[in-house]
Amino acid sequence: MATLKEVQTKISSVKKTRQITSAMKMVATSRLRGAQESMESFKPYASKFSEVLSSIAGKAGEDASPLLVPKEDVKKVNLLLCTSDRGLCGGFNVNLIEKADKFIKNNLQDKDVVLTCFGKKGRDWARNSGITIKDEYLGVVGSKFDFSVASDSGRKLISDFLEEAVDEVYLVYSEFKTMARQEAMMKQILPIPSLDEIISQEAAEQPAKDAPYIAEHICEPSSDALLGEMLPRNIYIQIYDALLQTSTSEHAARMRAMENATKACEDMIGELQTIFNKTRQAGITADLMDIVGGAEALNG
Amino acid sequence: MAENIFLEVVTPSKVVISEEAQIVVAPGSNGEFGVLRGHTTFLTSLNTGTLRYKDPAGQEKLIFINGGFAEVLPGKVTLLAESAEKKEDIDLARAKKAKERAEQRLAAKGENVDFVRAEASLRRAIQRISLVG
Repeated sequence: MATLKEVQTKISSVKKTRQITSAMKMVATSRLRGAQESMESFKPYASKFSEVLSSIAGKAGEDASPLLVPKEDVKKVNLLLCTSDRGLCGGFNVNLIEKADKFIKNNLQDKDVVLTCFGKKGRDWARNSGITIKDEYLGVVGSKFDFSVASDSGRKLISDFLEEAVDEVYLVYSEFKTMARQEAMMKQILPIPSLDEIISQEAAEQPAKDAPYIAEHICEPSSDALLGEMLPRNIYIQIYDALLQTSTSEHAARMRAMENATKACEDMIGELQTIFNKTRQAGITADLMDIVGGAEALNG
Repeated sequence: MAENIFLEVVTPSKVVISEEAQIVVAPGSNGEFGVLRGHTTFLTSLNTGTLRYKDPAGQEKLIFINGGFAEVLPGKVTLLAESAEKKEDIDLARAKKAKERAEQRLAAKGENVDFVRAEASLRRAIQRISLVG
């Protein structure tokens, strides 16, 4: 059995761990609030944009923009992987990386795969598994960031796509469903899936009562030119949205992980306390026995 | 007096303005255009520039707009901009610094300078400065 001193040290060390995990939980909670707020404030922009985009997409032809045209022979693929910079958030990063890894192994066996990494964890994984890293952006996910981060990276992807340096671009991110559920998701962003899809997506998102939306605009310049300008922006929006969601998910995941850790610490402290009490009691009993024994010997 | 038109300026990070206006003048990519209530539906891309509008009290207000789109409906104008700042929110010192930086980058004429971006940021800086001044 452990000595009293040993148990005591252990208890105090677990208590310190608990202090750290509960502090981290509180930090994650407050950051989560911030991240959710920026998600909320992005919504009006995103929904208005997709409304306008779908109304104009209906008018333009399928070949309005080169971004819509799929490449016949897909050789080079860029995967945009959003992960967090920091760990201690449960299975959050593992899920995202697994999603990317599986996709590469199953669908992109014989293709050239490069990664654009948002977040340190994904980058480290790419380094270790020997995948070429095209770009890396650290210190974005999980902190406050600007729309320009998304538009800069999106601009790069688009110019690569137009110069045929890359044939397809996918986005791997974590969708924030609820506080308790974040799901690793993947979607294709380039070439842009057909316009019909954009329109039908929009229709699905809009409640039926808004359906008779008058969309006969006069367009300036032409509707095709406008669409050509809007489509890249739609990609930035998707990237920005993915980053926002991943950030929010990260904080939610960390909050949960730290809550569990704090709880585990408390359980452990309880157990240790019992051991401590028992050991102490055993010590007292032994001492008493000694004293009683000694007294008996003197009397006898 | 004509009725007012509802003006909304939205950026990815927030709704900058959502209020009534007598008239809205925005920097369209084919030239500046003015909108009053009852304008026909109309969609245009925007240049970097200054949005001017008169609030119901008749006071003129200025807003810096960085690219984007405007959708005009008979009773409402919506501007989707990548960024937008009210006149009183513009950081003049920062804009001046940005202007210097962009000018230096353009003057350097190095291989690695992204001219399009440097020019765009110069244009933004100049717009901001002229709006305040």
